[in-house]
Amino acid sequence: MTEAPAPSGAAPAAALAVQGLSHDWGRRRALDEVSFSLAPGRFCALLGPNGAGKSTLISVLTGLIRPRPGQVIIGGADLGRAARAARAQIGVVYQSPTYDPERSVAANLRYFAALHGLGGARAEARITEALARLGMAERAGETAGALNGGHRRRMEIARALIHAPRLLILDEPTVGLDAPARAAITDHVHALCETGVAVLWATHLVDEIRPGDDLLLLHRGRLAARGPVARATGGAPLADWFLAQTREPAT
Amino acid sequence: MSALLAARAIVTRELARFLTQRERFLAALVRPLVWLFVFAAGFRAALGLSIIPPYRSYITYETYILPGLCGMILLFSGMQSSLSLVSDRENGAMRLMLTAPWPRWFLLGAKLFAGALVGLLQVALFLAVAAVYGLKAPVWGYLAAVPALLLAGLMLGALGLFLSARVRQLENFAGVMNFVIFPMFFLSSALYPLWKMQESSPLLAAICRANPFTHAVELIRFALYGQMNGAALGWTGLAGAMFFALALWGFEPARTRGR
Repeated sequence: MTEAPAPSGAAPAAALAVQGLSHDWGRRRALDEVSFSLAPGRFCALLGPNGAGKSTLISVLTGLIRPRPGQVIIGGADLGRAARAARAQIGVVYQSPTYDPERSVAANLRYFAALHGLGGARAEARITEALARLGMAERAGETAGALNGGHRRRMEIARALIHAPRLLILDEPTVGLDAPARAAITDHVHALCETGVAVLWATHLVDEIRPGDDLLLLHRGRLAARGPVARATGGAPLADWFLAQTREPAT
Repeated sequence: MSALLAARAIVTRELARFLTQRERFLAALVRPLVWLFVFAAGFRAALGLSIIPPYRSYITYETYILPGLCGMILLFSGMQSSLSLVSDRENGAMRLMLTAPWPRWFLLGAKLFAGALVGLLQVALFLAVAAVYGLKAPVWGYLAAVPALLLAGLMLGALGLFLSARVRQLENFAGVMNFVIFPMFFLSSALYPLWKMQESSPLLAAICRANPFTHAVELIRFALYGQMNGAALGWTGLAGAMFFALALWGFEPARTRGR
């Protein structure tokens, strides 16, 4: 992650470049002049307490809401001006489950592949590859609703990888999972970065962040800190630093 | 071709969901049949019908309300599709669909077409049961009704799509029944011809004439007898286009509500 936001077209190598992003919900400012960029193959934790603006930022990055003002460049494509090209490069895992519980794992993935224009043998090959990458190959034929929480999440992550995105965005993907499942999913997604995928991982749980990761601290809609973890925290224990940065004044 | 693949996936998913939801399937069939076999039987004696187009002779009340009940099925189906959209949006499937790399009008249009096909399937089943009961239309009428039913389904689905985008209170089905389905159904020509309503209240008759559901019902009624009602076609198409434009406006990213 670079600290200075890259202007449009200046850093084509960036998986994600965000510049001057602001968004209001009515009178409440949800995002305030947010700027950052994310290099390919990096795991970037978007850390923030509940209500910090993480979900709003993700809604903007996935094109569900349009910021005014602000610019989002995904793999060189401007989300505002070339939305299709930009969206084609994003894989998303939302906080709430987004699968058809009565259909099989493979059918869920096939539906998503078709949404991205992939069909036939090409889709099957991508599905097999994505499931294998997440250790889910043997569960392709199982009904999605019968999977445990951890496996469902892995299925959703595999699904988000089918169209080979450059940027994977996950909004608090471990919510509701037990500790082993959380650890397994965090491991899997960190390993994905080795293939060149950039990961933006929204969370409020500091134990999901590793020393080598990048960090964005979002607090009250503003970026309070950014950069590699050690540099952003000044070497302080992450949990203590996070609490100190986001402590609300006593009322 | 890739876009068609996406559209086909959306349609297939919608049909598969409907076929696996047995309760929804049964409710869609039982509701109009109760109206046909119970309400119409009881109401038959109370309502005298003169010969009005497209009918060429005196008809039974059951025959009169058959197209209206087809419309009712589409109305319920359109609203249920809109509710499933709200529910989908809550569990994220809608958001997932909207992140696919296609224009928003195309994705929402595919969803709308899928909903209209589900409605058409329900009407086909209902008409089959009615035919067994003895309420038959000419064979070519059934064929001519297919595009009419599709257009009516698209119009009512577009209305539901718009409502699901903008009116959060409609997440509750009772709200949809009270504020959308009942007014649209009763203030239309589904259960009584407009000249009857005119005798009772010119104001209500005027409202019925302005109701797009009336035109959808008349379009179906004429089509079932192999006839074209140009005005009904025009008004249904116009209302459908307007509702779809409003739905696109409602789902436009800058106006999407936060969650």
